[in-house]
Amino acid sequence: MIAFNKYYNHFNIVSILLITISLIFLIFKGLNFGIDFKGGTLIELRSTDTKINVTTLRDKFSQMNLGDISVKKFGNDTDYLIKFENKDNKKDIIKEIKIDLDKSFGNNFNFRRVENVGPKVSAELLKSGVIAISLSLAIMLFYIWIRFEWQFSFGAILALFHDVIVTLGVFSLFSLEINLSIIAAVLTIVGYSMNDTVVIFDRVRENLRKYSDIKIYELTNISINETLSRTIITSATTLLALLAIYFFGGEILKGFSLAMILGVVFGTYSSIYIANTVLVRLRVSQKTVLREDDNN
Amino acid sequence: MLYFSKLRILSITLFSLLFILITSSNLFKIDDSFFDKKINLGLDLQGGSYLLLEIDNTPVIEQKLQNLSTTIKNYFKDKDIRIKNIKIEDQKIFFNVDDQSKKLIVETFADEDSEINPYYPRFKSHQLFLEDTGLNFKVSFSKQGLITLKTSSQDQAIEIVRRRIDEVGTNEPNILKRGNNRILVELPGLDDPMRVKSLLGKTANLTFRFVTNNENDNFGVEKLKFEDGIEEATVSKRIIISGDNLLDAQPQMDTQNNQTIVSFSLDRVGAKRFGRATSTGIGKQLAIVLDGKIISAPVIRDTIASGSGQISGGFTFQSATDLALLLRSGALPAPLNIIEERTVGPDLGQDSINAGMIALAIGFLLVILFMFVKYKIFGLITNITLIINLFILLGILTLFEATLTLPGIAGIILTVGMAVDANVLIFERIKEELKDEKNNIIAFDSGYIKSRTAIIDANITTLLAAVILFFMGSGPVKGFSVTLGVGIFTTLFSVYFIARLFTSIYVSRNRDKEKLI
Repeated sequence: MIAFNKYYNHFNIVSILLITISLIFLIFKGLNFGIDFKGGTLIELRSTDTKINVTTLRDKFSQMNLGDISVKKFGNDTDYLIKFENKDNKKDIIKEIKIDLDKSFGNNFNFRRVENVGPKVSAELLKSGVIAISLSLAIMLFYIWIRFEWQFSFGAILALFHDVIVTLGVFSLFSLEINLSIIAAVLTIVGYSMNDTVVIFDRVRENLRKYSDIKIYELTNISINETLSRTIITSATTLLALLAIYFFGGEILKGFSLAMILGVVFGTYSSIYIANTVLVRLRVSQKTVLREDDNN
Repeated sequence: MLYFSKLRILSITLFSLLFILITSSNLFKIDDSFFDKKINLGLDLQGGSYLLLEIDNTPVIEQKLQNLSTTIKNYFKDKDIRIKNIKIEDQKIFFNVDDQSKKLIVETFADEDSEINPYYPRFKSHQLFLEDTGLNFKVSFSKQGLITLKTSSQDQAIEIVRRRIDEVGTNEPNILKRGNNRILVELPGLDDPMRVKSLLGKTANLTFRFVTNNENDNFGVEKLKFEDGIEEATVSKRIIISGDNLLDAQPQMDTQNNQTIVSFSLDRVGAKRFGRATSTGIGKQLAIVLDGKIISAPVIRDTIASGSGQISGGFTFQSATDLALLLRSGALPAPLNIIEERTVGPDLGQDSINAGMIALAIGFLLVILFMFVKYKIFGLITNITLIINLFILLGILTLFEATLTLPGIAGIILTVGMAVDANVLIFERIKEELKDEKNNIIAFDSGYIKSRTAIIDANITTLLAAVILFFMGSGPVKGFSVTLGVGIFTTLFSVYFIARLFTSIYVSRNRDKEKLI
């Protein structure tokens, strides 16, 4: 048996530090919102002419007066991703760019993807994203509250907060782009992390009923150990699937799978070191669950 | 938990086979309406355009208020009340009356069967909202009035959008209302998204009006620019004919000077008016105005009584074709703005499919390998279950002709990774049970029973997340929530029916074997 409980205090400090640092990054550095949430235009180009490189392309685009612009390589050597504000929301901007590019480089570009999000829509998307994440947290809180006692619910939700905030913190730290698929990833993380926590909690509750003489400090450790091999195997298979998406699923899914990978790692950690320590600190005992049984 | 009746075994087998069959129908052409269903590929996989259009109702509201102000004036004139200082500002009508008439005005507007302020019997709310500021009266559209106005302009606009898109001839467009002032257009496999965008971006409000130098024209005049944006002309506000009078419009080649033109034919009313205008106005310039810009302003040389004519204006064949198309399908009630666009080219779509499939295959192999190494014979059972699970999942998506997107494929891969969870929970529990219980059958049985609450709780949390995503997400993300959500059900089914069936067969044949798992 591994003595996870020996490190409860240490990792509580680590968790608090992680959350604090993440919050500092989120508040002072902020998130790198993509066009979904900031508005603007995105173009994915593929050139058939290998002589064109990112510098010449960047120079060309900066001459076009498109406002704040970024030109980057995207996966392949011949693929580029161009993003700009498109402040005036000009209607025929794509046509104009195409004509301009054809004039300078010859007809060598294939417009593989064009996305344009107006300021109104991006504000709405951001709002619904925030609502979706808050709603999912609230529903999870409520669900666990129904299924367990409030102490469990509190522990689970704290773990979820940790996962969401630290994952977003990493995205802030490395200036990774936040788009619609990241919101999907965060929601899935919420589901996954909850899943992980619930399995351990289920065992804690069962053990609480079984043993009246073991303190919660020991009891959580027993429960974590009993469910440990399941935790490891499920995390491993989920990570294997996610790594396959990250490395082979194409550029578009990179951000999504990265967020999920981080979420699975943090989710597994928080199930053990946040959710359970909350139970310990709230002094959950056999009485807690027996009272629940009476209520039913 | 380990007992299966013959009937049950048969129905599970048949059920699984059915879904394997349905799934394979995606790969083969089967001549049967039931099996001919296919998974729809989302726009991000097959290529195409997603456009969200917003109707700008401001001109409609202003036009309606303009008409209303005349109606109000005339209505009260008949009742011997003089409406003074009537003006429209900020989407409101302002006017004054004598003090003694004030009461009557308020009563007329508040009357439930008011002629001037309708809707009350139908909506329990009036169309207009009257406010007495003390200085004057202020009339604006009520909430209900605005809703009705917006809905009706949305109904008209969606019809015109549909006609325009049908004329371009894309396959299976999807045109839907969103809210009361938006229209969603999904165009799979589009060749030229820019053309459709420019077609939808035009109101196509066509009018024929005289060019005039007389500033005191009865109908008022306005200065309009030509298409080139440089030249200007003063044009009367009197409309001779408008786009509504057109029966047909076609692009044509003018053989005399090799120009592309748009020829049109008019309805009876239009032909009559056009004939009269061209007979009285010989020598005058007739401006052809589209969306506030003059296309051309030819000089009238002859009376045109035939009810047909042509528009020239330096068109290319493409622009003439598009103008004819716009004129045929009619004008939009209000301008449309494209507030969101997502276009994916067909080759990127194909690349995404390939990448998704490779990722799925590799993810699947890794998980299968891992499970086999870890659990041997029970790993094999899990793996067979996983394959059948995948077939059932794809089969359900096929059966409902669901839309598969790139994030949707990610959802399937993720399901593969997480689907083993339930089996792992069960197997780990059985291992624990076997420590105290020597009888294999009893240990397996209680392993299944005791792990059940954890499995159900754990899956419900993921399902909740998927449901929220389904309602809050859009487009590709929605596809993810569908595969993730359906995946949970197929996983539970395959774990509790298929995997358990295999397990029960294996355990009953090896009931006395030690270290079974």
